[in-house]
Amino acid sequence: MKLNVTIGKYYPADSILHRLDPRVKLASTFAFIILLFVANDFWGYLLSGVSIFSVMLLSKIPLKFIFKGLRAVIFIILFTVVFNVFFVHGERVLFEFWIVRVTLEGVFTSIRLASRLVMLVLASSVLTLTTSPLQLTDGIEYGLKPLKKIGVPAHEIAMMMTIALRFIPTLMEEVDKISKAQMARGAEFDTGNIIDKAKAMVPLLVPLFISAFTRAEELAMAMEARCYRGDVGRTRMKVLKYTKSDYISSVLMVAFGSAIILIRVLL
Amino acid sequence: MSIEVKNLTHIYSENTAFEKKAVDDMNFKINKGEFVGLIGHTGSGKSTLVQHLNGLLKPSSGNVYIDGEEIHTNKKTLRAARQKVGLVFQYPEHQLFETTVYKDVAFGPKNMKLSEEEIDRRVKTALALVGVSQELFEKSPFELSGGQKRRVAIAGVLAMEPEVLVMDEPMAGLDPKGRDEILSQIKTLHEKLNNTIIIVSHSMEDISKITDRILVLDKGKLKYEGTPREVFKNAYELEKIGLMAPQISYLIKALNERCFEIKDDIYTVDEALEEISKLLLGAGEAND
Ligand SMILES: Nc1ncnc2c1ncn2[C@@H]1O[C@H](COP(=O)(O)OP(=O)(O)OP(=O)(O)O)[C@@H](O)[C@H]1O
Ligand SMILES: [Mg+2]
Repeated sequence: MKLNVTIGKYYPADSILHRLDPRVKLASTFAFIILLFVANDFWGYLLSGVSIFSVMLLSKIPLKFIFKGLRAVIFIILFTVVFNVFFVHGERVLFEFWIVRVTLEGVFTSIRLASRLVMLVLASSVLTLTTSPLQLTDGIEYGLKPLKKIGVPAHEIAMMMTIALRFIPTLMEEVDKISKAQMARGAEFDTGNIIDKAKAMVPLLVPLFISAFTRAEELAMAMEARCYRGDVGRTRMKVLKYTKSDYISSVLMVAFGSAIILIRVLL
Repeated sequence: MSIEVKNLTHIYSENTAFEKKAVDDMNFKINKGEFVGLIGHTGSGKSTLVQHLNGLLKPSSGNVYIDGEEIHTNKKTLRAARQKVGLVFQYPEHQLFETTVYKDVAFGPKNMKLSEEEIDRRVKTALALVGVSQELFEKSPFELSGGQKRRVAIAGVLAMEPEVLVMDEPMAGLDPKGRDEILSQIKTLHEKLNNTIIIVSHSMEDISKITDRILVLDKGKLKYEGTPREVFKNAYELEKIGLMAPQISYLIKALNERCFEIKDDIYTVDEALEEISKLLLGAGEAND
């Protein structure tokens, strides 16, 4: 039993992007995704594509590794392409066969949607690949802060995310270990029909849940023993600070955004 | 029933930033009926190595042969390897899942599609071998003490009656009494069944008491190989790779450095006592 998650995995490297403040990276990714929906013609897409590609190069992460993130959504992209090619009907017909009609507009729409999706996934992959989970949740906590006033428990949400993220690899390891231990006792997880397979999960899930609950309990106890009591009066060991490169990249992002909006309005 | 490992290398997360060579070009052979200790510092690749012996992990390169047959040849050889080589994992009690002790131990034999009577016989024999009494059979495994859980988990593998029994740190996390009990039970087991046993540990003291041969791993490589006597001669080198030879080996070394001449392959207190008193008596006679 192999579990592999590439999406959302941190890839340590020494690049400008890795050193950027997580708040800047989060806000920029967010803005980029919104701008993707603002852009609606060739030049807008070209600019976005060139930008995301240069960011990818800057990250010093092997491109192969970033593109791996696309594998998870390849079906959604293919589906979008096929759906739009066949079902968007425009004026200029490319070819017609029985009830199938492919038009130039359809092809354009699907190319547009596909590249939008691809860039969206690439942007979020770059974010998670260059930002450690801890930094990411720090950034999210900061982003949620304004909502605290209306009763959103920003700190608690961030803490839960931190803990959940922290334990994903641990649980994966656990799954790996338990499934191997049961395989050593002759268990087979990938044979038989659906019911057999579901039954085969019992020897895996029972120990997994037990250990997860034990872990949760121990963690809660350990946190309380160290006087954790939520957000009240809590200070940080590592205070987030903007540096020069954060300002530069913010300016670049604003420039990019203005360009996209100008292209949309003027062209 | 022999196990042979040839040029075995295992690399975790190959071709990523997290690449880690856990086993590095290892070669050795274990013969039928041998009792072998596998020893190494934390992270030296012991657990990784033993998971190759029954084909749970696939080598990055190199081969594992059981009775001369490469285990990854096809599905059949792999399944045969799983049944011939029983692997007890580190902290095996974490794999317990059934509602009763009896059912949990029966899980392995059931997967082998044995008859009801045969399963019953094997479960009872296995539980008896590890010293779990009849009253506990119908209890939930989660109500047992740590040591009892460990025994039940070991019985779960024993019940498959593997020709080779591999145990990954069977004593880890037990109190001294529990350790000694498990250790002596493993020894009795070996004497009774005369099967091949491979036992992983990082305690030299424990291993040297029961095994015929020791393999010392360091950073994924096979560093020393031989009888406990031969291996413990390298007490200081062992220390460099994070292992401790039995205390008594250090005493002998220290004495020898102070111009005594004691045999340097001693590793039990009794032997040392004998040698030193021989020496002292000899010195006394010479003085007379
Ligand atoms: N599933 C895994 N993925 C990646 N690396 C791993 C994995 N399992 C082990 N390693 C790495 O391989 C090396 C050897 O690990 P292994 O578990 O074989 O050591 P060990 O000798 O059994 O140690 P211990 O005495 O702590 O049990 C370690 O550096 C470890 O970090
Ligand atoms: Mg280990």
